Amino acid sequence: MDLHLRRGRVIDPANELDEPADVVIRDGRIDRVGRDLATPSGAVVVDCDGMVVAPGLVDIHVHFRDPGFEYKEDIPSGLAAAAAGGFTTVCGMPNTKPVNDQRTVTDRMLARAREAGLARYLPIGAVTKKLEGKELAEIGELHEAGCVAISDDGMPVWDASVLRRALEYARGFDLPLIQHAEDPTLSQGTCMHEGPAATRAGLPGQPHACEDGMIARDLEIVALTGGRYHVAHLSTAGAVRLVRDAKARGLPVTAEVTPHHLHLTDAACCGYDTSTRVNPPLREQSDVDAVRAALADGTIDAIATDHAPHSSIEKDVEFAYASPGLIGLETSVGLILKLVEEGVLDLPTAIARMTLGPARCLSLDVGTLSVGAPADVTVVDPTDAWKVDANAFRSKSRNCPFQGWELPGRAVLTVFEGRVVHDLRKLTT
Amino acid sequence: MSVAGETRAFGLRHLLGMEGVAREDIVTILDLADAMAQISERPIKKVPTLRGKTVITLFAEPSTRTRASFELAGKRLSAEVINLSASTSSFQKGESLLDTARNLEAMRPDILILRHSAAGAPHFLADRLGCAILNAGDGWHAHPSQALLDCATIRKHKGSLDGLEVAICGDIRHSRVARCNVIALQTLGAKVRCAGPRTMMPVGMEEQYGVTVHDRIEAAVEGADVVMMLRLQLERQRGALFPNAREYARFYGLNPARAALAKPDAIIMHPGPMNRGLEIDPAVADGERSVILEQVTYGVAVRMALLCLFAGVRPEVG
Repeated sequence: MDLHLRRGRVIDPANELDEPADVVIRDGRIDRVGRDLATPSGAVVVDCDGMVVAPGLVDIHVHFRDPGFEYKEDIPSGLAAAAAGGFTTVCGMPNTKPVNDQRTVTDRMLARAREAGLARYLPIGAVTKKLEGKELAEIGELHEAGCVAISDDGMPVWDASVLRRALEYARGFDLPLIQHAEDPTLSQGTCMHEGPAATRAGLPGQPHACEDGMIARDLEIVALTGGRYHVAHLSTAGAVRLVRDAKARGLPVTAEVTPHHLHLTDAACCGYDTSTRVNPPLREQSDVDAVRAALADGTIDAIATDHAPHSSIEKDVEFAYASPGLIGLETSVGLILKLVEEGVLDLPTAIARMTLGPARCLSLDVGTLSVGAPADVTVVDPTDAWKVDANAFRSKSRNCPFQGWELPGRAVLTVFEGRVVHDLRKLTT
Repeated sequence: MSVAGETRAFGLRHLLGMEGVAREDIVTILDLADAMAQISERPIKKVPTLRGKTVITLFAEPSTRTRASFELAGKRLSAEVINLSASTSSFQKGESLLDTARNLEAMRPDILILRHSAAGAPHFLADRLGCAILNAGDGWHAHPSQALLDCATIRKHKGSLDGLEVAICGDIRHSRVARCNVIALQTLGAKVRCAGPRTMMPVGMEEQYGVTVHDRIEAAVEGADVVMMLRLQLERQRGALFPNAREYARFYGLNPARAALAKPDAIIMHPGPMNRGLEIDPAVADGERSVILEQVTYGVAVRMALLCLFAGVRPEVG
């Protein structure tokens, strides 16, 4: 379907554009961007007055549980959740069963995603076989099959020599390594952050040093190897300081933060709601303040949801026994608009951190409205206030700590490769 | 003793911890416990107060004292008491806590008493079940009936808790008894000092609870009205929190010399089970100032009071 998105506020950070304009989509590509454009014959006109027209959003950290745990999520349901949340590109972590540590798994993931056709699914390959942290996976072949990065996410690459070899080897394919920075000897047996809230709740906690110490060590190995290093779900003030210093040193380092680490503190765990059990754990207010500031000033490049679905089997249990993780694709835009509303960052910066920023972390050729680019477009209504109800989500899972929150806006229209994949208000029909 | 019917405004539906429990509610429990204590001193230790009420104890963690105490409390009040433990329940067959509890609830108990190794397990059930939940110990979090029986014991000896200096010493990190007592004691007006090796001291005790924290126990015991020693929770500890038993006893055990630092009329408490010779010297545990067995006796009375109040029955004590 050809579309004429008329008179929206077009924000395209890649082209440093933020102005009232039209976007015309023809044959699955961005055809023109400009003022008062003519409607091509046969195109559907969408009045975008009061709305933001942005490049399709990019989430470089999701878990779609496919293959292996399809009862929690599968690639079609995950992509449906992505489309509903305004995302046109998502990068899937390899901790599936079997692990995505060989191209047959990558091929299957890509085939499933193509069949669903709701968003672009870019797999992330394992760093080590079976995520065991010992032997390198077939990184070259994973790259050839379509993996855009390597990670053992869920597990850290803990052995310093394995990390060194992975960073060195991945240079041959220009692949970034995404590190889940957690010192397992400090986190063993814990289920939240170690602070006054954990003391009150009587739950074992992991300290800041669990994340900070790992990143500090890793950065020296990055300096040694020159390999590209991306910090997944950065959550502490100390990690912000380390990444800021590393960037100042000129190291090839990037970082992401999740919407939940931008909004919630460890106090949320005190009611034993298992949807607040997540790795890294929800931290303290000083950490939330630090990651917010770092997101605004660009120390943190990207917002990534770490969408981690779990069913009631894993979550309707005692807090300490619950699997860590929460779902984020369908609340991300609303939560980031809330940050804009609170004055943490401006809207163009927020859009940049959900498009250009994440695309650059993994060198993805997406996240722009450049003429000729695939027509991935998200229309956001920043004033469409709504109340979160996880039961209405496209995701198969319900582990959402934001249930009942009032959010200021959301994605109302998502276009993927020129096709309408989400149309909340039936704007195109 | 006659039944006066439903309670007045007793503020609690479940007993999950001591957080947010009002002073008046604690006093109601302690007053009733004082009356209940008399029943256990009679030749015939049984009253019909809870006839027709059903109490289930579900212990997913080992216990001697607490479980026997709740069971006796129920029996002395003529309630039907059923005891389930991890080894005899369907946990062994892999049934989830929620499913087990829902099945028990389907048999219509009035009160479910839960002990569980996971903090928050009773809160999890309280959000989902209709019967009253009494927390008999959840992980490191809370053990409210223990805190209440400790308060009852102190009150009996000291008359009031207002202004008392209470030292809580030992493995505070892993202690639900300590967390619960800190809150209950302060609600009743006592001042709390905590002491132990830093490896066993949870972060933020001062800001969280307004207690004072000491690295060595001498500073906490000095001039105290009450000294509460905690059991070294060897089964909950992970990794090397102290070098060995000998060194722990030497630097952190309550021996007669250290106990002498407390006020002359100070009482010595321990929630049990004791590691004799480790956190407490036998001469202190069995000494004149020890009230450790009185705590156990008061435990039954406090739990009788709790069962009455949470079954919605308010006996007139006469």
